[in-house]
Amino acid sequence: MRYMPHTESDIAAMLTAVGVKTVDALFADVPSACRRSTPLDLPPALSEWDLDRHMEQLAGQTATAPAYKIFLGAGSYDHHIPETIKQLLRRGELYTAYTPYQPEVSQGTLQAIYEYQTLVCRLLGMEVANASMYDGASALAEALLMAIRTTKRRRVAVSRAVHPNYRRVVETYLRPTGFEIVDLPYGSDGRTDLALLADQNELAAVALQSPNFLGCIEDLQAAEGRIHADDATLMIVAFNEPLAYGLYQAPGRLGADIVCGEGQSLGIPRSFGGPGVGLFACRMKHVRSMPGRLVGRANDAEGRRGFVLTLSTREQHIRRERATSNICTNQGLCALAAAMYMASLGRTGFRQLARLNFDKAGYLKHALQAAGAELPFSAPVFNEFVVRWPRLSSERYTQLAKGGIVAGLPLAADYPELADHYLLCATETCSKADMDALVEEVTR
Amino acid sequence: MIGTTGLIFNEPLLWEMGAEGRTAFSIPARDVPELPLDAALTGDGPDFPDLSEPEIVRHYTRLSQWNLSVDSSMYPLGSCTMKYNPKTNERQAGLPGIADAHPLLPVALSQGLLRLMFELERWLAEITGLDAVTLQPAAGAQGELTGMLIFHAYHADLGGPRSKILIPDTAHGTNPASASLCGYAAVPVPSGPDGILDPETVARLMDDETAGIMVTNPNTLGLFEREIRRVAEIVHDRGGLVYADGANMNALLGVAHMGAMGVDVLHLNLHKTFSTPHGGGGPGAGPVCVTRALAKFLPVPRVLEKEGRFALSNDFPHSIGKLHAFYGNFGILVRAYSYILSLGSMLEQVSRYAVLNANYIKAGLRDDYHLPYDRPCMHECVFSDKRQLAYKVSALDIAKRLIDYGFHPPTIYFPLVVSGALMIEPTESESKETLDRFIEAMRAIAREAETDPELLHQAPRNAKVRRLDEVQAARKPCLMG
Repeated sequence: MRYMPHTESDIAAMLTAVGVKTVDALFADVPSACRRSTPLDLPPALSEWDLDRHMEQLAGQTATAPAYKIFLGAGSYDHHIPETIKQLLRRGELYTAYTPYQPEVSQGTLQAIYEYQTLVCRLLGMEVANASMYDGASALAEALLMAIRTTKRRRVAVSRAVHPNYRRVVETYLRPTGFEIVDLPYGSDGRTDLALLADQNELAAVALQSPNFLGCIEDLQAAEGRIHADDATLMIVAFNEPLAYGLYQAPGRLGADIVCGEGQSLGIPRSFGGPGVGLFACRMKHVRSMPGRLVGRANDAEGRRGFVLTLSTREQHIRRERATSNICTNQGLCALAAAMYMASLGRTGFRQLARLNFDKAGYLKHALQAAGAELPFSAPVFNEFVVRWPRLSSERYTQLAKGGIVAGLPLAADYPELADHYLLCATETCSKADMDALVEEVTR
Repeated sequence: MIGTTGLIFNEPLLWEMGAEGRTAFSIPARDVPELPLDAALTGDGPDFPDLSEPEIVRHYTRLSQWNLSVDSSMYPLGSCTMKYNPKTNERQAGLPGIADAHPLLPVALSQGLLRLMFELERWLAEITGLDAVTLQPAAGAQGELTGMLIFHAYHADLGGPRSKILIPDTAHGTNPASASLCGYAAVPVPSGPDGILDPETVARLMDDETAGIMVTNPNTLGLFEREIRRVAEIVHDRGGLVYADGANMNALLGVAHMGAMGVDVLHLNLHKTFSTPHGGGGPGAGPVCVTRALAKFLPVPRVLEKEGRFALSNDFPHSIGKLHAFYGNFGILVRAYSYILSLGSMLEQVSRYAVLNANYIKAGLRDDYHLPYDRPCMHECVFSDKRQLAYKVSALDIAKRLIDYGFHPPTIYFPLVVSGALMIEPTESESKETLDRFIEAMRAIAREAETDPELLHQAPRNAKVRRLDEVQAARKPCLMG
């Protein structure tokens, strides 16, 4: 097998050095009752070339552009990824290294993550960002746990306009310890209705998402006043489309205490939902309660600038059961991709691309409205929005999908009150012709 | 030829470079009109530096050259299984039908991907000897959390949630941290004088308030827990469950049967045993395998097969819920799937060679380094700095000096039960010649410790930077520029 260099004579020489006669003898400590009674029943090994054919056959069954026009966002976005990022990520020095425990031989990863932390802070308007979480969903769950730790309160409020799957992950994380989750409804404008907060006290945190799952930009400035009416309560803002902050104000500048979410949009392929990267940022005063790894600056013995993992007394390998989280391996390479993407666009490019996304989705929204679709929510959007379209039955939706157009995400499964409603997304990868084709098909 | 010499480029931070107006991104042509913005909500956009494409490429190329990696050298980081990451796996994960797949496509449009998940689950069940699998956890620690959530759900389902969990003193730090996320108080179990669990100790600590035990097997000393079946019996008799941390599964492929050992729940690290790259700290994947009795608690959605068609189902009322926004780190699953298909039944050879390599290193270094537990090891061996301490040379000094010889250091100061531990895991990827060079370097360092300890205190000298002041970095954290 080409991954293992051992020849018969190597094995013989090594066994002699070890002082045993067979490789089996090295497994003498494994009692027979703990052993398999049969050999592994796995498919026969494939040559590299047969593997290519097999994988192409599996992958070939997936609907992708350009054969399909896919107007799906909902937490996973189609954005152009520069070839530079793809090729740089394939440098073995980057992707075959591990956690930079030995800083002298990991300065590349460390500087890159330090740069990532800095760019994330600038993107979100925050004071400190960690080296990444698994995804937007677990980042939000960890943010709520962090708020529970810092405030020593047991109840949190989460908007129903937060991604439904994020809310499910939050429930999973919070359920066994009995922390209470209060649902905040969304109003007729598609934004979270905070009226319920008036009846609440002792909230550890209020979590909103902006742009929210329904595509709407929350009025964070107004929300901040309501949430911080109790000044101990933390304001958490989640997101799953960070490109929106190229255009809209960063949540950190509007008073959020923790900002976290999914960074897949930043140069990471959708890959059927993962790996992406969980961005996580907070205020410096909370840094010692923060989950996850942090890279900081340090000087070496000759006074030169370098970088190290730091504040690790928060972490599981030091503090064990009293750690701020159990996370260790995170999404390092995806964080690196996100940093490369932010640096590739720069301030100028990020702004232009965000504007283009806004205008593409705006075009589609108006075209559908002109064709008779109803727009149930009035709040401003970024690159996705909800339409009500009773004429688009589930049979017709399926038929369209087979024909090459995936007309957004039906919302009824997650929001029973939104039967006949679809969440549609248009990014810079959508051409006007594609959008015109969609409008023509759904009005047919 | 051992050692390192060479040219290292300096490179500034991103925002110390560039000029406003440059870009490294090709903005698509505009084919729709500009629409009015809501001025009250919009901002100036983030303060990113503007750089051109050549600047980006050179920046990250230079940064990459400051890393040691599996592709550049042996990386014997104990418990991390730094094996070779096959290039073909990267190709497969990058296929358009995989990389460009939207997770919420109608299932009719993603059949190949669902099949891949279904088959990978089946193979991991076969490899571990357990019955059902979830691929959703994004890393080993999230797999542990999943396992603890399953423990919690199991006892809650029986009407009696429990409050404690037994964790051996050799465990990874993630184990107690994962358990405490479920509200369990960790009860440490001291290992016996031979480095493994003593069933009597477990019997003494196990009670009706204890949810079960988390065991790593082989444990972090690289030793097989010979009494695992007896331990499992004791735990099961008091209504508890057995969790196995599969971080060290690279020792046992084709050998051990986790079900036969009495294990109820096990997580695997695909980025260790199944060759997916470590990525400088992830992404990984931490699938969880369980017995048939616990399958109903697995996270949703689950992949179901019916007459060759695949579907996703949320219809499992006992499920612990979701751990990930979608199905986990799918791109990592693809690489592990590709690895298993490349090896087939030769997967058994992986563990045989991994164990042979570790024992070969153990034999090569035992005359020069203290071996706290002198028993046949599995895939890794643990030495200590006890002999070198006589010359005021510590495990840290040895590790740093190894860098000058061109090797990544082993894991140091872990497991905690060995003072000054040096935990070496070579993996099956390394050839006899490389192992010989590593042994030679370690022996040379042992001699240097005696004759010139200052050389070790000053190491490394050949890396990009010298030792960094970590104390100052933590005291006055500078976490962004």
